[in-house]
Amino acid sequence: MIRHNDAISRNLSKTVIYIVCIFLSILSILPFWIMFMNATRSTFEIQQNAVSLLPSKYFLSNWKILLGKSFNPLVGFINSFIVSTGATVCAVYFSSLTAYAIVAYVWKAREAFFTFIMCVLMIPAQVAGIGFYQFMYRIHWTNSLWPLILPAIAAPAMVFFMRQYLLASLSLEIVDAARIDGSGEFATFNRIILPIMKPAIATQAIFSFVANWNNLFTPLILLTDKNHYTMPIMVSLLRGDIYKTEYGSVYLGLALTSLPLFVIYFLLSRYIIAGVALGGVKE
Amino acid sequence: MQRTSVNYSKYGYIFCIPFVLAFLIFSLYPILYTAVIGFTDLRGLGKTDFHFLANPFENFQSVLNNPSFIKSLQNTGLIWIINFIPQIALALLLTAWFTNERLRVKGQGAFKVMLYMPNIITAATIAILFNSLFAYPMSPVNYLAVKLGFIDAPMNFLLQKWTARGIVAFIQFWMWYGSTMIVLIAGVMGISPTLFEAAAIDGASGIQTFFRITLPSLRTILLYTLITSMIGGLQIFDIPRLFLLGGPDNATLTTSVFIFNQAFSGSYLYNRAAAASMIMFLIIGVLSAILFYVMRDKDAEKQKKAKKELARAARRFPS
Repeated sequence: MIRHNDAISRNLSKTVIYIVCIFLSILSILPFWIMFMNATRSTFEIQQNAVSLLPSKYFLSNWKILLGKSFNPLVGFINSFIVSTGATVCAVYFSSLTAYAIVAYVWKAREAFFTFIMCVLMIPAQVAGIGFYQFMYRIHWTNSLWPLILPAIAAPAMVFFMRQYLLASLSLEIVDAARIDGSGEFATFNRIILPIMKPAIATQAIFSFVANWNNLFTPLILLTDKNHYTMPIMVSLLRGDIYKTEYGSVYLGLALTSLPLFVIYFLLSRYIIAGVALGGVKE
Repeated sequence: MQRTSVNYSKYGYIFCIPFVLAFLIFSLYPILYTAVIGFTDLRGLGKTDFHFLANPFENFQSVLNNPSFIKSLQNTGLIWIINFIPQIALALLLTAWFTNERLRVKGQGAFKVMLYMPNIITAATIAILFNSLFAYPMSPVNYLAVKLGFIDAPMNFLLQKWTARGIVAFIQFWMWYGSTMIVLIAGVMGISPTLFEAAAIDGASGIQTFFRITLPSLRTILLYTLITSMIGGLQIFDIPRLFLLGGPDNATLTTSVFIFNQAFSGSYLYNRAAAASMIMFLIIGVLSAILFYVMRDKDAEKQKKAKKELARAARRFPS
């Protein structure tokens, strides 16, 4: 009898769990689904009936309106791609190098340097925005993509993650063996250490890419020239008055800007989620 | 004592040079620059020359006396609290469900992928999407709410302070609970399974196991979540900025948006914005220090363990 009750209560709680999880999943998908569907519907249809789970046939006319309003998704896409790729490569490479320096070499300031990195980790980047802008303005680097890429070389959180990974997975015998074979220190890092770090690099690269792709604050203060706009700035333009009445095109613009991320996410979701988990237990 | 005749320690310094240089140029210098600007009269589009003020704290005083700034601090705190509490609660509930051996929830992988999804999409897109979803009078949310009978007539959510603030907090909650959940699940996976086995043998129920074993073991991870969420929450920019531009009546004006507006839209008051940045920096610093203190005080054991680990690492890499 006790067994029986137990089974009933377990089934009951399982039903509740599935209902809640399915509800939450729908909550996650629905806004994006509405966005994609409304991207193919005319403004009139949307005003008549704001929710539709099926597409309509106004994709092309929305597209034309969108392009007519100086929205150039291709420029935004290319700029965002350059910035995100550049920043990701810088962050991943130099963070690995710094972490390797902390793990593999014994030097006097090593402990102090690591503590320093932990402190830098706590500094919120945004509060330096005014000084950063003034600095870039002085050296004529506003409307350049460099200030969006180069600061990524100093990525304290990633150095911390890479250090944890190296501590767990690097045996110094490999480094010694390479030395005996006559490999220079720098060559050893590039040819032997980097391949060892591949799994850590992969997860951190995904995060860095997405974070840079989504960055709005720095591009918004630096870039004023249309040809340098990144995707999030393009999106922020959709907020402007010129699109107020063209709901269909606004939805289409939003859909276009998030499409690359959806594709990346569904291709890599397994790794992304594993990466979040790895990043979370770093304490 | 060096093991080999060649001294490699200089490479430790050499390999850190790019990091240090980039930090000095792109982080430290701008922060100091910002701090200095806070004491000057720098304002106006395209200006770079400045003079120090006779009263060095004038900008700080005027920012602290600015009702919008005070309001923005309150909003930031409010929005963070009303999104963080349900966020951590739901994340904990889901963690308890997904890690419960006896329940063995099917399709966990798919649920995790779905719940984490909002986190990956550009916040700017999400802000404008929700602005359209809650528009007045005809929008998906109004349409559904009227159809389902929650309200009689379409509501203008975006014109009322509390609904606007609530929606911003909801977006934050919706974007982040999946990520918090995955971090917590990973934390639970890190707890030694023998603890759970022992509890099961002693006949602990699922709820007892969760509150007596899972939660206490998760303390470090919970504090980590708290700190990262707090730093992120105090800097929240994209969503309030693009959702309603800080409106209605400054109800969704956050400190970052306030700083941005002072410096880059219209008035170009770089000095005031710099002063506000420094005040925000100070607040974040103090709050982080408090949280760290709480963490350190009660985790003496953890520290001992870390020391042991350090000793072990030192043995592994003898000098």
